[in-house]
Amino acid sequence: MSLTIPSIHYLALLPVLTIFGAAVVLTVLSALAPRPLRPAASLAVVLAACVAVVVEAAVQWSYVADHGATTTVAHAVVLDGFAVVGTVAVAVALALSALVVYDWGARASVFGAEVPVLALASSAGALLMVQANDLVVVFLGLETLSLGLYVLAGVDRHRSGSSEAALKYFLLGGFASAIFIYGAALVYGATGSTNLSAIAYFLGTNVVLRPGLLYAGGALLLVGFGFKVAAVPFHQWSPDVYQGSPTPVTGMMASIVKVGAFLALVRVLVSALGTQLDTWRPILYALVIATCVVGAVLGLAQRDVKRLLAYSSINQAGFMLLGVWTGSAAGAAGTLFYVLTYAPVVVATFAVVTLAGGVGDTRHSIDGYRGLARRQPWLGGALIVLLLSQLGAPLTVGFYAKYAVLSATLASGGGALALVALLSAAVAAAFYLRWVMVLVAEDAEDDAERVAVPRATGLAILAGVAVALVFGVWPGPVAAWAQHATLLFLP
Amino acid sequence: MNVPAAWYLVLAAVLFGIGAYGLLTRRSALIMFMCVELMLNAVNLTFVTFARTLSDIGGQASVFFVMVVAAAEVTVGLGIVVAVFRRRHSTSVDELNEMKG
Repeated sequence: MSLTIPSIHYLALLPVLTIFGAAVVLTVLSALAPRPLRPAASLAVVLAACVAVVVEAAVQWSYVADHGATTTVAHAVVLDGFAVVGTVAVAVALALSALVVYDWGARASVFGAEVPVLALASSAGALLMVQANDLVVVFLGLETLSLGLYVLAGVDRHRSGSSEAALKYFLLGGFASAIFIYGAALVYGATGSTNLSAIAYFLGTNVVLRPGLLYAGGALLLVGFGFKVAAVPFHQWSPDVYQGSPTPVTGMMASIVKVGAFLALVRVLVSALGTQLDTWRPILYALVIATCVVGAVLGLAQRDVKRLLAYSSINQAGFMLLGVWTGSAAGAAGTLFYVLTYAPVVVATFAVVTLAGGVGDTRHSIDGYRGLARRQPWLGGALIVLLLSQLGAPLTVGFYAKYAVLSATLASGGGALALVALLSAAVAAAFYLRWVMVLVAEDAEDDAERVAVPRATGLAILAGVAVALVFGVWPGPVAAWAQHATLLFLP
Repeated sequence: MNVPAAWYLVLAAVLFGIGAYGLLTRRSALIMFMCVELMLNAVNLTFVTFARTLSDIGGQASVFFVMVVAAAEVTVGLGIVVAVFRRRHSTSVDELNEMKG
């Protein structure tokens, strides 16, 4: 046994360090400042950190383009195109969430720097996940991401549902993490390493005589990921937690967690266990069908929009899993494109729900939206665009995202699977369109209150709508970027 | 006396199983929380056993990460349990039924 100190390539770690650094700076500032820190100051720090991360990602991208993908810190962290795109996705989702949180905090009387600090810490975990090349680093990222969100789920002390959601999320999240790390331990026992490249190398050069350990470990890893991305049958926590958490936090759960967990899942399955493709594909096959169908069918019965969006996000997770199922570069690019574009759209959707929910997060019945698009065409119209994008309507980015994963699935010989996914999207369309019909309904009471749209939240909604429409009409560059990123995937 | 490595692995699996069973059947948040910790410690035992059989220090190093994460989980988890207890004067998850689904 020997231990050598690894060399560190700081460019690879820069985004994680920036976001963590911002969290630390904000904590220290709020502790040292003579008066409570103004929310605008916290927002400025978060936005500055996000901008810095995007700039760093651009530098990383040009480095990767010139020098190729590299690993650092004893191969535990990877710098490749895939990680860079994931970094940008997390930074954008964080920036938009911070804008929504800013207005929400003023309305819900949740002041203080804790929400921005925890949001930053969670995002740093997600950033670590997208560039993790070691099962233990994936676990660390997962935990950093989750621990922040457990607290954020319960941050609204004026409402008992919030602390209830925090406890549920915490207990099931802890369970999932324990299962995940046990899976990592078993894979370590079977292959002699927790490093993804080393696992891939070992499996590529050895015949595993007794694969039971490896299969059990891989299955446990999948269960752990399944919990985190809310894949059926590990989804039961998600509607309750989505409903109970403060709405902007729910937006973060639906965006940042999905980005981090799915990109880590792609890396673990395709990069480390790529040689075992024939073993894990049938499992994912079943997961995709269950996730797509259950998400769409149970979504039909929901009257609470946050629960509806929870099932909608389960259905979307099925599509993201579809790209992973292919195990191909095209599928990975499809999943990457999907999470990259889904994140801003879903944050903006929850931003509208935050505004419409009113003080205390109470008005989340779908009937509360009756005639919204007629009273407030801009806000209602934005929500319609965001819903159509999640539905996958043409001319929105959701259409192209679904198209990318479905065409990759067909190319990998999953015709039946693609058909099931497509049918589930058609069923899901029913609840999205029902919501749209409610929005444009004429029979609303005239005395319904107008929903105030503060500037910061309005900006976040506008950004989400812009992503949905601009890249819906003109998806080429982003799609090419996602594909290019996957080509730089570490072999 | 030399105890075979497999025994440790079986012990760890049994501990993990007890933890998972307890988490799914017990109704007190604190006990459920202890079950999670038990599961994480079973993982540690597995890591150490494999590190020993593989003569690889990586597994032992992983244990430290798991321990730190478990400690962080304790901090956050107890905070949440206390927050819930203050509001409801109970830590039973059966009374957390505000949301149905």
